[in-house]
Formats: sequence, C-alpha cells, structure tokens
Amino acid sequence: MGLVHEIDYGTPASKSERQVTLTVDGFTVTVPEGTSIMRASMDAGIQIPKLCATDMVDAFGSCRLCLVEIEGRAGTPSSCTTPVAPGMVVHTQTGRLKDIRRGVMELYISDHPLDCLTCAANGDCELQDMAGAVGLRDVRYGYDGENHVFAKNRADASTNFNWMPKDESNPYFTYDPSKCIVCSRCVRACEEVQGTFALTIEGRGFGSRVSPGMHQDFLSSECVSCGACVQACPTATLTEKSVIEIGQPEHSVVTTCAYCGVGCSFKAEMRGEELVRMVPWKDGKANRGHSCVKGRFAYGYATHKERILNPMIREKISDPWKEVSWEEAFAHINSEFRRIQYQYGRGSIGGITSSRCTNEETYLVQKLIRQGFGNNNVDTCARVCHSPTGYGLGQTYGTSAGTQDFDSVEESDVIMVIGANPSAAHPVFASRMKKRIRQGAKLIVLDPRETETVTSVHAKADYHLPLKPGTNVAVITALAHVIVTEGLFDEAFIRERCDWSEFEDWASFVAEERNSPEVIGKLAGVDPEVIRGAARLYATGGNGAIYYGLGVTEHSQGSTTVIAIANLAMATGNIGRRGVGVNPLRGQNNVQGSCDMGSFPHELPGYRHISGDAVRNIYESLWGVKLDNEPGLRIPNMLDAAVEGTFKGIYIQGEDILQSDPDTKHVSAGLAAMECVVVHDLFLNETANYAHVFLPGSTFLEKDGTFTNAERRINRVRKVMSPKNGLADWEVTQKLAQAMGLNWNYTHPSEIMDEIAQTTPSFASVSYDFLDKMGSVQWPCNEKAPEGTPIMHVDGFVRGKGKFIRTEYVPTDEKTGPRFPLLLTTGRILSQYNVGAQTRRTANVVWHAEDVLEIHPHDAEQRGIRDGDWVRLASRSGETTLRADVTDRVAPGVVYTTFHHPDTQANVITTDYSDWATNCPEYKVTAVQVTPSNGPSAWQAEYEELSKRSRRIEGHLEAAE
Amino acid sequence: MQPSGTQIEVADVAARTAAVIASYTHLEGPLLPILHAVQEEFGFVPTESLPVIAEALNISNAEAHGVVSFYHDYRRAPAGRHVLKLCQAEACQSMGSDRIAAMVKTTFGIGFHETSPDGSVTLEPVYCLGLCACAPAAMLDREVIGRLDAEAVDEIVAEVRR
Repeated sequence: MGLVHEIDYGTPASKSERQVTLTVDGFTVTVPEGTSIMRASMDAGIQIPKLCATDMVDAFGSCRLCLVEIEGRAGTPSSCTTPVAPGMVVHTQTGRLKDIRRGVMELYISDHPLDCLTCAANGDCELQDMAGAVGLRDVRYGYDGENHVFAKNRADASTNFNWMPKDESNPYFTYDPSKCIVCSRCVRACEEVQGTFALTIEGRGFGSRVSPGMHQDFLSSECVSCGACVQACPTATLTEKSVIEIGQPEHSVVTTCAYCGVGCSFKAEMRGEELVRMVPWKDGKANRGHSCVKGRFAYGYATHKERILNPMIREKISDPWKEVSWEEAFAHINSEFRRIQYQYGRGSIGGITSSRCTNEETYLVQKLIRQGFGNNNVDTCARVCHSPTGYGLGQTYGTSAGTQDFDSVEESDVIMVIGANPSAAHPVFASRMKKRIRQGAKLIVLDPRETETVTSVHAKADYHLPLKPGTNVAVITALAHVIVTEGLFDEAFIRERCDWSEFEDWASFVAEERNSPEVIGKLAGVDPEVIRGAARLYATGGNGAIYYGLGVTEHSQGSTTVIAIANLAMATGNIGRRGVGVNPLRGQNNVQGSCDMGSFPHELPGYRHISGDAVRNIYESLWGVKLDNEPGLRIPNMLDAAVEGTFKGIYIQGEDILQSDPDTKHVSAGLAAMECVVVHDLFLNETANYAHVFLPGSTFLEKDGTFTNAERRINRVRKVMSPKNGLADWEVTQKLAQAMGLNWNYTHPSEIMDEIAQTTPSFASVSYDFLDKMGSVQWPCNEKAPEGTPIMHVDGFVRGKGKFIRTEYVPTDEKTGPRFPLLLTTGRILSQYNVGAQTRRTANVVWHAEDVLEIHPHDAEQRGIRDGDWVRLASRSGETTLRADVTDRVAPGVVYTTFHHPDTQANVITTDYSDWATNCPEYKVTAVQVTPSNGPSAWQAEYEELSKRSRRIEGHLEAAE
Repeated sequence: MQPSGTQIEVADVAARTAAVIASYTHLEGPLLPILHAVQEEFGFVPTESLPVIAEALNISNAEAHGVVSFYHDYRRAPAGRHVLKLCQAEACQSMGSDRIAAMVKTTFGIGFHETSPDGSVTLEPVYCLGLCACAPAAMLDREVIGRLDAEAVDEIVAEVRR
C-alpha cells in the first residue's frame, strides 16, 4: 500500500470525437482533436516539464517551461497552449529547449527560498521536481538583488518592502508569499473549479502577488476554504496546516466523504493510522477532483476529545452514566427490550436507521428490527427530509430517486433550482453547476431568500422567484399554467411517454384562471412577469434540468410540490436524456442509501411494499422468520405512541432526533416516556440526554461499507484506521443481534452487500469486487443494466407511462396572524453540517459560531431591533433566543435561521404540521413573532441544565460536553 | 491605504460610487470606464468603492482589486494638486533623465510615488511618453514637456508652487 498517485496531464481532456495522430519524440500518439501537445505527450508517457499547467484548469502558458519544438514551425511554442495537429512532429527535449528551460528555472530559483530540507512541501514540490528535471546546477543571478524571499535586504539589513509575512488566518491552510512563483494556478482553480473568484493577481511585473480579496487575509476575504487552491499549488505557498504539523503522508486510501449527498471521493492520505489530509480524487465521478471545506478539512471531529469510546448504561436519565463492557451493554439491551416486549407487546419497541451510516449498517438495523424485534417499527431520518421525493417521484415516474448523474449538468441549458441553496448545502455540485452557467446556461431560482446561489459572481440567476414560504405548489402550478396556455409543452414527448388523457385532465386544471401567474403572483409575492419569463425560459431554452432540495419537501404539501415538479419536466419533455431531469439534492451522505435499504416501515429494501407476499417470502425464507405484513410506525407515530404509553423502547443509530426533528418538546416528551432508549452515536448528542444505553459509534474513516449519493451512485467507503471505540457500527449491530439470539455471522461488510444484492433486484449485480473494478456504480445495476444506470427513464418511465397528477394548492394550516405575524423558514450554511455534531467539533466554527436570525431591515426597525441584538423568537410551539442579522437577503415578513447549534434549538419553534402523504415535517414554514430580548429563554436555561446533568459520567471529572 | 485626514465617509463613497456606475452599466465591459469615472469623482479609487463596483458588475472584490492594482494610473490615495510624471524609459535615460529626476526629488524633498508635504505635487515615474525625440520628457498634469533641463525644471517648480 503506497500513495495513490494520480497522473497530472497538464491540461483538461478534450471531449472531441475526432482523433488526431502525431509524433512526439519519435512515438506515435493518437488523441482527440483539441488535446494539447502536453496532454498528448503525457498520454504517451512523455512528461514535459511544467509549472503553471495542471489538468484541473485550462492552459495558461505563463511559466515558459513546457516549450517544445515542432518540425516546420518557427520558435518554441508552449505545449500546454498548442493543440495537436495531424502529422505533427514534436520534440520535447532538444539542446535549445534545455538551455531555455534551465535559464527560466534559474530565474525562478533566484527569487525562491532554498530551505527545501525544512520545507513542508519537501517531497511534494513541483518546483523542486522541475529543478531536478531541467538539471539546474547553479543560479547565476544570486540572491542579493530584489527578492520576495527575505524580510531584510541582504546588503544593508533594511526592511524589504517586497517581503510579505505568512498568512495563517485560515484554520486549515497557510499562505506563504515568499514561496510563491505566481503561476496563477490557485487563482485559476478558485475561478474555474470552485467559481468563487476570491483570488487575484494584484500588481504587475515583479510586483505581482497572489491576493485574496482586496489585499486581505484569506479568512476575511471571499474565500470559502474549499481547498482547490491548496491542491493546485505546486510549491509550499499554500499548504495544509496538517501537513506542516505532521509531514508528508506515506500511503493513501480512496474513500467517500461522509457529509452531504454529493458523495465526493477523496484520497485519505495517511501516516500510519494518522490522517494527514483528505485530497479530492480526480477519478471520483461525483466530484471530479473538487471538494468543499467540510469534506476537505472538517474531519477533526473523528479524534475530538468529546468522542465517547466506551459503552455506558444508566437506570434513569437523571443518573450519571456508568461505563460498562460491550457484553454488559448488549446483555442489558437484550433483557430490557425483551422485558418491554413481554410487558407491552411485540410492537412496543422499534428503531431508527441512520442516513449517516453505510448501506450495510442500515440494512442490518432494519433487519434486526424486522427479524429480531419481530415488527416493522423502523424509520429513518429521510422521514424528515426527502420522504416526499420518494412518494412524488414514485407516483409519477415509478422510482424514488433522481434521474441524472451529476455529469449531466454539463449539458444543461436551463437549470431550475427550487428550494435549495447548493452553494451552501451541496457546494461541490454548486461549483459544477456554476461552471456550466458561466459557459452560458441560464439559471432560475425559486427561493424565499436571495441566497448565494441567486447572486453568485459570474453566475447570477436570470430569474429569481422570491416566493412566500409555503406557496411552492401554487407557483409551480403557475409555471405549468404558462407552459400549457402558451402552448410551450412538448406534445410528441407527452403522446409517446405519458397518458394523453391524464395530460389533458392536468392541462385543463393548470389552465384555469386561478392558477395563472397574475393570480398566484399576488398570493406568493412574485411578479407575474417573472413567473411567465421563467416558465418560457424553462420550456423553450433547450435542455432544462430541475434540482431541488428540502425547501420543496419540508412542507405540508411537500409531496404535491414534488409531483408538480415531475409534471413540469414531463410536460416539457425534459426527462430521459443527458442535461435534463428531476434531481433531489439529498441532504445527508447516505439518505438515498438508507431509503434504498428498506428503512421505511412500509417498505423492504428496493422500495418493495411490505404487504407483497412474494417480496416478504424472499426475506422470510432467508431469515427464517415470519414477517409482519402490516407497515410499522413512523418516527412521529413512535413518539405519539410513547407519549400514550404503548411504545417503550428504541434503538437509534447515528441520528439526533431531539435536535433535528420538529417540535422539540414533543420529541423530548416521547423520549422521556420510554423505558429503554438506546443511542448509538459518536458523541453524547442531544437525544442521548434521554438515553439509558449509549453505544459508541465509529466514524466513516474506521469502517468498510458503501454510501449511495443523490445520483444513486454507490461509492465505496474504506477503512483507513481502526475504530477508536473498538467496533465498527455494523459489528455493534451484529453483536446486539447475536445477544438477542439471532444467528448472524458476517465477517466483513462485503458479505452484507452480497445479501442485499441477492435479495434486491436493483442491486443484483453489485458486489465489492465489482465496485473496486468500476470505481462506483449507479443503481439500478443488474442484468438489464450491467454497468449501472447514469440516466433513468431513457426509453420510457419505470412505471410504464408517466403520470400527470393534478396539484391543487392547499395553504398550510400554519398561518400568520396578529400574534405571530412573520414566517420563519430554516436552512443551513456552508461551513456547518446539519445538527452540527461533527462540524461544531472542528475549526469550522470560525465561520459560524452561532445560529443567527436573518430579518429584513423593515421588520427589524418596526421592532426596534439592531444588527447583532439578542432577540426572542416565538411560535405557537415554543420560543428561543438568538442574535439578529439585519439583512435584505430575506423579504419583509420572512425571517430565516439555521439549526446547527443545540443551544439555539431552532426546532423548539417549528410545529408538528407535516406533509399529508409522508409526514415529512413542515420545517420551512412557521408563523413566528420576533421581539427584543436580553438573554436565553426559560427553555434554553432549563435545557442547558438538563444537558449538563445528563452528560455526567461516573469517574470522569467533567461532563463530556 | 488612504493617508489620514483625507478619509471620506464609507457610506458616502458607496452612494457616490453607485451614482457613477449608473451611467456606465449599458457599456460592454464597463469596468475600466467606471474606474476612470470613480477616479474622476474622488481623485483616486477608494478601496471602499470596489465592493460596490464588484456587486454592480457581478464580479468578485478580488477581480476588481486585481484590475485596479494592475494599472498604475489608477491612484489608491489622493494625489497632490499637480501630478508630475518623469519619463524613466531607455531613451530618456540615455539623455540624462535620472539627473533630472534627482534634481526634482531634491527640490521637492520627495521620491517617486510620494506627495510633497504641502500637497502641491505628486511625483511619478513613467515608462515612455512617446516623446523619445524630445528626451528627456515629462508630463505635468495633462501637458507633455520635452527637452527637460535645469531651466525647464525651474519653470515646472514655479508652476507647481504657484
């Protein structure tokens, strides 16, 4: 096992289908038309010296090292900027070229420190490599003249104004200007790959310097710390602080990030069992070598001091925790669960699978519940995020998943983003989307707020529909109204792929005057002309792709909105090819996988209903038990039943329902009414305050498995270090199952995947060997699609004919009134992730140390609230306090906050209204009032006291958090 | 970057910059004309006006900074009442421009890129005014002057101090 070396071809690949043959140093090479000579040479294994070229960004031609000679052409053109031509004869090493290169290197080195031995990039420095490659032996210019290297002038020890000190403001990397060769790779990576444009070259000539923002430090500039510049830097100028601290890695393992649903592939670069850095893997098909601040840098939680490493039990939640052995913990759970079932019935216990854990682990938890608990009381956090996606897309198209791969966005002409802010929540996808927009694609955004996605530099939305929270269905139906009444629908597509009479019924519904932009616009607070313009653009602008997020699903009409979106795509023929489609942006790393794995109470793996005898038979014969043919309880039902006294025990793997689920007080009442709450997690999370047994979890770095991302891509997660808690999560569930008398004997997660493949048709061809061979694969992957399915519904919808369904707008019952005149909507920001359990335990807190309430200046002024003031935020459910951020990102009448911090507990405010079809909570609309305040609410004080008390561990001096 | 005493209210800069931008947004590639107009408005390009320009043109602050810092003619601080540019390019050097520069520097007691304490003049080097035939050359405000000698320098000094 060594470092995974990736070849740098110097310039991006050409997508041309025409081939060109040329000769490089006597070897014949055939490459696609438009390929650079540099890349063609590398294809033939001939490395041309280079500094400013790297294949993540376009050729620039500034370093003058990659010059070549071409027979029949004058001069020495740079190989990175010169495309190949048929019959070209290239020489990469001639006497003339050697002299030029050596001369250029001398100039570089005359303004570069010679501290290679003590430099952090030693062993990973392209400047060093190139000095070697060109045979640099001495530097005739010396080091005494003008330079950027020394703080004092060499001759008279006066201050050297060219010298700049190191910028260490970013928590994860440093910028040392004295080592910079101004190759512009960082600037170009920030622009071309990330799309933030936070870096520039300031000045000119010898005075040229890399400058974040306007000659600022990195932290105060527009930099979002994605790490693309650090990756691009050929020297030690931009270096990870972890590399400076630890040294160069000696081996690396390719694995998958455990943050959002983009599912980026990374190389975990290691020194023994110590993680040195995470570097995005260029062959990763979701991220194509890019990353964000979370995946790239925010892994410190894995070794955070608050991580719990021993199992613990306690009799009452008011007792301190007592550390016990694994065996004791499992025996205790077994006896408690069996006692509860004996006392209250078989259905009195259940479990929650985790969208943070692997497919294999999720599969095991639902198996434990169905096989071992003997009921179907299994649910997952997708209940509170994307369950309407499952329902809506299932009804209309026949599958509960996005239709495209992420590469597809490269061929989109119009991108419609609904209720999602990819720049913050799915940053790597956002970068890929913005790249396409900079190439000319148009952007339509439906969002109550003017998000980063609306106002990105060089990628501003062409249409922003700042609709009032809760009016999604109305506005999307109004878009359809325009498409139908103006005759912009794709009749041929609809006649071929859908049921024409269903379309006619739907068309007559949307064409009604009450669904027109003029009527809906008033209700939703959107200019009717903007609605019309957006509809026309989507219908007629070429390949139209829809990406949506939780702003769509987390409403009382979440499922209806998903159906409305599906209708829109069908009506315009934007389904079944590259560049189009309907794509849910999944929140968590494995939300898609946990749904696929049968985590819902009514479905077995592969979305097959529990009432189907044939499907049940497969599992009954394999597991040797009789399965209940009735769906079990959903999370909200479990909590209701607990409050009623009929549900008494729960096994929660990797989910913090107390903080993430709506109406916190109801959740805490439900948990408090249970007799055995088992929490399996990395940290004593908020839910653990109500737990009786705590099972320490393992991180994604400590186990093998697979995650399935938002594009249905099954990516391998590989163990890079041994679990600090002793057992990987799948082993914990297995040992618990064994303690409960089940005969489970998996020796490796691959065997669990084999069982999944054996029983689930859409996974039939998936195995670890296959994944290792393919890198990753998108389900369905079976006999019909041996290499997986990048684009769905290509020749027809999975359900047969696409189904148009009427989408009647029913306003939510959560309404503003005199007591609660404002609408609260919630979301997340770039640097923090979900409930923050991980990111709050990393240096990411420098960007977001607390949740704040965004409020429009008009609403703030009316209430006498100034920027930064403490305010009380109250709804019918509860109240909390936090600081105000007075901004016009939100419209008057709308306020916004994030839910990353437990001390704010935004979900104390949210109500128990939920989606009519799937119970997905209505996080995105709550009627609230905001008033000035001078400190934490009674609930916050009470809760903090409870948290402190319930985190005591016997024998430990201080509480864990 | 601005010397103290010449500070302009930030809110004021933003409003005045926005007013300037409004008359140029119809142009294709309006950044350079806007920067010229802003310099005309303030006598220099205040750092505080860059985010306003960047937002209006949907570019990043960094990009605006990169452009402003690239061009020597965009001032980052107010200049003196007059700007004297002395050509230091090859032809003028061969005709003794460095001697002229030394003379001027001594007279005003300042170096290149500096403004005299009385605020009367800012001294800048320039690399070719296209007046090589009349080297050494200079430019006082918008007027070019050729065949500089001690006498011409005296006239310039008198003009500047008037």
